[in-house]
Amino acid sequence: MNWTVVQRILGLLLMIFSVTMLPPIIVSFIYNDQAWLSFVEGFALTLFAGILLWAPVHRVRKELRLRDGFLVVAAFWTVLGTFGAAPLYFADSLTMSFTDAVFESMSGLTTTGATVLSGLDELPKSLLFYRQQLQWLGGMGIIVLAVAVLPMLGVGGMQLYRAETPGPVKDTKLTPRITETAKALWYVYLAFTIACAVAYAAAGMGWFDAICHAFSTVAIGGFSPHDASIGYFDSAAIDVVAIFFMFVAGINFSLHFFAWRYVSVRHYSQDPEFRAYSFMLIVVSVLVCGGLLSHYGFENADRTIINGVFQAVSIATTTGFTTDNFSAWPAGIPVLLIFASFVGGSAGSTAGGIKVIRWLLVYKQGVREIVRLVHPSAEIPVKLGNKAVQYRVVDAVWGFFSIYIIVFGIMLLLMMATGLDQVTAFSAVAATLNNLGPGLGDVSSGFMTVSDTGKWISIAGMLLGRLEIFTLLVLITPTFWRH
Amino acid sequence: MKILILGAGQVGSSAAYHLSREEANEVTIVDMRPDVLRELQDRLDIRTVVGHAAYPEVLKRAGANDADIVIALTDTDETNIVACQVAYTLFHTPTKIARIRAADYMNANKLFVQEAIPIDVRISPEQLVCEYIEQLILYPGASQVLKFADGRVRLVGVKADRDGLLVGQEIATLKEHIPNTEGRIAAIYRSGKAMLPKGDTIIQEGDEVFFIADRKDIRIFINEMRGLEDPVRRVVIAGGGNIGVRLALALEQTNQVKIIERDPKRARVISEQLNKAIVLVGDAADEELLLEENIDSVDVFCALTNSEEANILSSMLSKRLGAHKVMALINRASYVDLVEAGSIDIAISPQQVTIGSLLAHVRRGDVVKVHSLRRGAAEAMEAIAHGTKEESRVVGRAIEDVDLPKGTAIVALVRGDQVIIAHHDTVIETDDHVIMFMTDRRKIDKLESLFQVDVSFV
Repeated sequence: MNWTVVQRILGLLLMIFSVTMLPPIIVSFIYNDQAWLSFVEGFALTLFAGILLWAPVHRVRKELRLRDGFLVVAAFWTVLGTFGAAPLYFADSLTMSFTDAVFESMSGLTTTGATVLSGLDELPKSLLFYRQQLQWLGGMGIIVLAVAVLPMLGVGGMQLYRAETPGPVKDTKLTPRITETAKALWYVYLAFTIACAVAYAAAGMGWFDAICHAFSTVAIGGFSPHDASIGYFDSAAIDVVAIFFMFVAGINFSLHFFAWRYVSVRHYSQDPEFRAYSFMLIVVSVLVCGGLLSHYGFENADRTIINGVFQAVSIATTTGFTTDNFSAWPAGIPVLLIFASFVGGSAGSTAGGIKVIRWLLVYKQGVREIVRLVHPSAEIPVKLGNKAVQYRVVDAVWGFFSIYIIVFGIMLLLMMATGLDQVTAFSAVAATLNNLGPGLGDVSSGFMTVSDTGKWISIAGMLLGRLEIFTLLVLITPTFWRH
Repeated sequence: MKILILGAGQVGSSAAYHLSREEANEVTIVDMRPDVLRELQDRLDIRTVVGHAAYPEVLKRAGANDADIVIALTDTDETNIVACQVAYTLFHTPTKIARIRAADYMNANKLFVQEAIPIDVRISPEQLVCEYIEQLILYPGASQVLKFADGRVRLVGVKADRDGLLVGQEIATLKEHIPNTEGRIAAIYRSGKAMLPKGDTIIQEGDEVFFIADRKDIRIFINEMRGLEDPVRRVVIAGGGNIGVRLALALEQTNQVKIIERDPKRARVISEQLNKAIVLVGDAADEELLLEENIDSVDVFCALTNSEEANILSSMLSKRLGAHKVMALINRASYVDLVEAGSIDIAISPQQVTIGSLLAHVRRGDVVKVHSLRRGAAEAMEAIAHGTKEESRVVGRAIEDVDLPKGTAIVALVRGDQVIIAHHDTVIETDDHVIMFMTDRRKIDKLESLFQVDVSFV
């Protein structure tokens, strides 16, 4: 383990992160909400901590190894969640406990969108903006951002990038240089954010709301500056804009990159993951709408359908925006939606969940077993889009699946041990591990009623979900630490 | 510069390593073996693409559309040729470099024109390595001999020993030692550290001295640095592979050559190719065989098999049995470090020999030749100065007035057929070939820009 290298990069990253506490100060002055002090304190604390880490070792010029990469990413996200909580903790208007502040900040950064705050509409604008911004930074990944702006990370940048980006295949670079790849991803991300904000504004939101919601929409986060989430606006146009951008943000960003680079859209329809992703969203939407229509009847059918599709896309992509209290919807719809969040978005997107491509691979293997029963001596490779998938990838998918289920089971039991009922505990774990946000039962509107222990378990769950479990889990294995 | 390397073998991987180290380059490498590529991607900041190197679809995926250079280094000539053809026809790649092994292709110059096989530069690592060893055998005492300006100028590396006439004296006295020769000491490495020599620098035993001289004066210069060695007569080559046979063919007219090959079938084949050299069937690390063939009176023992471990062991053994000088072909840089301090006289790194010929084509400005030295830390380069005094930052200036980056020296100029050893007041003219030595490769950017003609420069 190269402690000095890890320390140096950690310090640098913290210093970069501290800069992100400055925009809310500007917002604070624009709206004159008197909340700027906590951001100055947060900025100073984070910057100082970063310098403290960085200064003693800033001369060290060693290569970042594979193992160091895991440590940097895991440590950074943990540290980030804590320092990101500083402005919330210091804010006079909130009086949050430390646990609550970390929960809120981690929920933002991991793009989960679960909240412990209520009465959002009354809060200072700068604080609301800060929450949204946290989601936006966490969406594409702040380490990917760092890789883009710090060319000195070099090969080491690849290790970091790989530990942070979701999906089973992480070796595909969009461009030969990792910094260029990271830049390209952020450009696409930025372009979508701007487009989304403009679209929201055009659909009738005020600019502040439009920008804030754009942040959490393209990040597939789910925070909103309003208690009623998107439902606050009660506008079909805004719902449709949100549906479109949630859908787009759940697609693999390398597809967007190719569309931008080669000005083409044909490759979308050729991508097997995109097809499966679209198919899943359509099926879930149809089921939800069907269920709602058969229960509520065909009066206001257009509104019901938009509501149904909105909720289906929002939950299945793990965004977590709501227009209605979906946990009170009839029949099995709430459970169907929570199940859909296990699938989540595509690999290489900002969405959470297990990711469509993994499900696709598992499904294809299931089909293979059936074919094998009929043709025992057939040689059947698992194929994606006419290309055989390497055994290693297939293996890795199974490994991920089993660990996901085990982690889920353990967390479910722990949550129930803190006193939650089964439905609440199940949905709370799903909401955090899948980076979804809202759950069912007691956590349908937020995690305020969950005990402190439960909140810390949820914090761990969100982090595990965002870093796709392995990056964190590898740190607690003895092999990792053995020289 | 966007570079597409085809084939992740030894040459391909090391090319990717060297090229991706330079910030300006974006390297993509194509190979059929995913495991090899994964390993490469872990170490280097490059993009990898799995697939057949000559297939248009694969090349397209690898970004051939906007690549500046395609370097085809797979182990089959035909794949390399087709890949260059595809790159030229479908993607209009400006520069196409291919490794061509077969001498038959190599010699058919008419084939390599745009209408037939559009390859701009053919390189043959085997041939380069073979020529490199030939030079070492031709100039005993030298540890490196690098050619510039079609061989008119040579840069020679020598390890100074106690018997050198100049050792222990100031460089300025060189003129008195050998009055009628022209030459210049380009750089000195003392315990791994580079220094650019001045008149009062004293050469010490153990220094690695790089000097430039006219071909006819090289021996005299070597003698200034170390004790005179007899010309090589008896050579034993271990390994009858491509390099071994080429070398044997090149040397057999002037030297007594024996070549040891383990495989009887292969031995039979090469014995038919060779005329004078003797082919021995056996193991190069077999003590009995070596003794029987009078290893103790051999001048040079070259271990050139495919296995570097075998090369190291057999050359160490020969040295102990009395071979005068031993050389071993070693790919891994870490092995080179290990053995150079020990009993092996010269470790030949085929990668380092080959990489220079690739580097010349990725450099900006009109660069003719690049030799990579000291595991890529230093570089010797030949570039042509173009333009007028107003357009160029070198033409029309005395060498002392050229704004060279630190650690860089201009050592010689070639004007037409004339070799001019550089002095501080030598004026560079347009179309001169300028030969430079860089002790710090990282300054290459600045040096490159010196040789670019800038019309707006006033």
